[in-house]
Amino acid sequence: MRKASHKSSTAKVPSTIDLVNRNLAKRKRAEWRFRVYGIGAILFGFICLLILFTDIISKGHGAFFKTQIHLQIHFNPQRLQVLQPGAIEQFNNANYDNVIQDALFADNARISPALLSAVDKRQLLSLISTGAVYSLRETLTDSPGVLNQSVGVWLTVDDDVDNYVKSLAHGGEGYTGRLSQQQQSWVNRWIENGQVRQTFNTTFFTSGDSREPEQAGIRSALMGSLYMLLVTIGLSFPIGIAAAVYLEEYAPINRVTDFIEVNINNLAAVPSIIFGLLGLAIFIGFFDMPRSVPLVGGLVLTLMTLPTIIISSRAAIKAVPSSIRDAAYGLGASKMQVVLHHVLPLAMPGVLTGAIIGFAQALGETAPLLMIGMVAFIVDVPADLMDPSSALPVQIFLWSDSPERAFVERTSAAIMVLLAFLISMNGLAVWLRHRLGRSHQ
Amino acid sequence: MNSKSGYNRLFDPMAETGQALDFSQHGLGQKTVGNPFSVKAKMSVRNLNVYYDDKQAIHDVSLDINRNEVMAMIGPSGCGKSTFLRCLNRMNDTIENCNVNGEVTLDEQDIYHKKQDVVPLRARVGIVFQKPNPFPKSIYENVAYGPKVHGLVSRRAQLDEIVEDSLRKASLWDEVKDRLFSPGTGLSGGQQQRLCIARTIAVSPEVILMDEPCSALDPIATARIEELMAELSQNFTIAIVTHSMQQAARVSSRTAYFHMGRLIEVNDTRRVFTNPEHELTEAYITGRFG
Ligand SMILES: Nc1ncnc2c1ncn2[C@@H]1O[C@H](COP(=O)(O)OP(=O)(O)O)[C@@H](O)[C@H]1O
Ligand SMILES: [Mg+2]
Repeated sequence: MRKASHKSSTAKVPSTIDLVNRNLAKRKRAEWRFRVYGIGAILFGFICLLILFTDIISKGHGAFFKTQIHLQIHFNPQRLQVLQPGAIEQFNNANYDNVIQDALFADNARISPALLSAVDKRQLLSLISTGAVYSLRETLTDSPGVLNQSVGVWLTVDDDVDNYVKSLAHGGEGYTGRLSQQQQSWVNRWIENGQVRQTFNTTFFTSGDSREPEQAGIRSALMGSLYMLLVTIGLSFPIGIAAAVYLEEYAPINRVTDFIEVNINNLAAVPSIIFGLLGLAIFIGFFDMPRSVPLVGGLVLTLMTLPTIIISSRAAIKAVPSSIRDAAYGLGASKMQVVLHHVLPLAMPGVLTGAIIGFAQALGETAPLLMIGMVAFIVDVPADLMDPSSALPVQIFLWSDSPERAFVERTSAAIMVLLAFLISMNGLAVWLRHRLGRSHQ
Repeated sequence: MNSKSGYNRLFDPMAETGQALDFSQHGLGQKTVGNPFSVKAKMSVRNLNVYYDDKQAIHDVSLDINRNEVMAMIGPSGCGKSTFLRCLNRMNDTIENCNVNGEVTLDEQDIYHKKQDVVPLRARVGIVFQKPNPFPKSIYENVAYGPKVHGLVSRRAQLDEIVEDSLRKASLWDEVKDRLFSPGTGLSGGQQQRLCIARTIAVSPEVILMDEPCSALDPIATARIEELMAELSQNFTIAIVTHSMQQAARVSSRTAYFHMGRLIEVNDTRRVFTNPEHELTEAYITGRFG
């Protein structure tokens, strides 16, 4: 009876496989669209990244090169006001401006006999970086023998000249910089004489901030960031793991634990500037620590990264299969042995991934550092955790605010350095995860 | 078939969640039938009650396990076999909401005594789990782990010896001797389970608890483990939980039948499978439920 009715129904209604086949084309199209959405999303992200990188690199690459001109410098003791022979300390206070001035005028006189007006003189002098005196001092200190001699020296030019020379490399059309016609012709003449060169801009990596773009570098910001990162890693990694292990493995499940958990999750969502205010109130206000120092910055960033590390570590610890725990307990391992021998090693790839993402965030953080005074103008490279310093992202923020055109390329170059830092940190995370993951298979 | 309605009422889902079941009401008796006690017991359990939060999983169970015997525990799933077994080396301590009361002794010492440390206890009473769970480390490291944490050896040569000996006892040595340092997780399921047995043996326990050690294995691997159990019973006291009655019949000398957290019957295995004393046992072994 039942069989018969079943048969008659198949006669009217198409068979299952027909229905499946009819829908198959539709399903395949849906499948295809689904994949296209995915690829589209990835392409969108990729293109944005590409645009960002192209923009930053095209703007910033120039900062890695600086322009220098070749001048014949006569280290004349009278003009240098180095009068006692053999007293090297005098080199520190010698008047290098005088010899540069002499060299410039002599260089000019050699080519055009026309006398320079006072205005011209000032214009000519301003072509050389005010930092050139330091390189002369270095030359003299390194080899006191050049005193009283005339030597060819490459001197760094002012950022406006640098700018002009770099614009010439792009055809020179539409130059809107600050060099006057007269100054441009001097520079052109130097170029013709082969007195101009572009070298790698070591200054950018070896000196601190400066009002003069050609003397400004990221060293103090970079060191500040590094010190802060050390403090952050040194504190938040062990504290975060200890907290996560306690909460996952030891803490009883009760209201207090729930309360702590909710609060950690909330802290992870608190805007970073609040952590800056907290640091200002606690470390500077209450504990009376100095402003602008990497130690305080590192402490603030530690507070900020802790929730991230605790949350990701807890997730990684939770993901360790309970069968492994059972196995170890069943053999008579103590709780600490279970944690140290099995749970943590297995959780480590996840813990590290979370931690490094937290550190990368900390490295790029600006707002909380502004609150604790790390936005100050810092020339000296910090020597330790208690030296005032800046931080890379803050330096970027400061330079992006500066009117000088040369700071635009330095801003982008500093961003490149920061990005390189972040990319290598993330690379490290991937590598560690791979390595640790494999050693436990 | 008079008792059949009794069974049906027993398996009424309401019965489990409601008031604790009164066996006497069905004329089944509150007391375990058979011979749960013996004079020279290795482990003995008296009036054990186990609760998960408010839910009672073990009701007043008393049972002795003899030296060098294989004691099988059978019963429908969820009847508390694992819970009972885990009480024997206090593995239930690792479960937050689990409460145990009653007395469990090992060589006449109370293992739930305040001063009893679980670490040495578990060195004496080892456990093998249902799912093979080797550490994600080398085969060697797996076996060496127990002796290492207990500080049983001081020299590498001794450790090598223990590892080889344990692997031999678990009849795994010939299969892995050439790859002692490759990961234990790379072995087949049956090999992994024997590795877990070797790992347990390596600390020379006195009692080995096994919780359905073959349920994840194919018949050939199962046969090997059963052979192994027969050999091991010469040196160790074994308590095995199994859902396979055939297995219980093959490997054990005594069998305990659990039912909804109660120990219904304990008898010689042959007796249980040929002439069970209790109606519930009979119903189970004749496949009327389970
Ligand atoms: N961790 C736990 N939390 C709460 N209840 C549990 C837990 N483990 C087991 N139970 C309950 O205890 C009873 C006995 O479980 P178990 O001992 O695993 O049975 P078996 O091993 O005989 O299948 C079951 O009703 C089960 O639901
Ligand atoms: Mg079970």
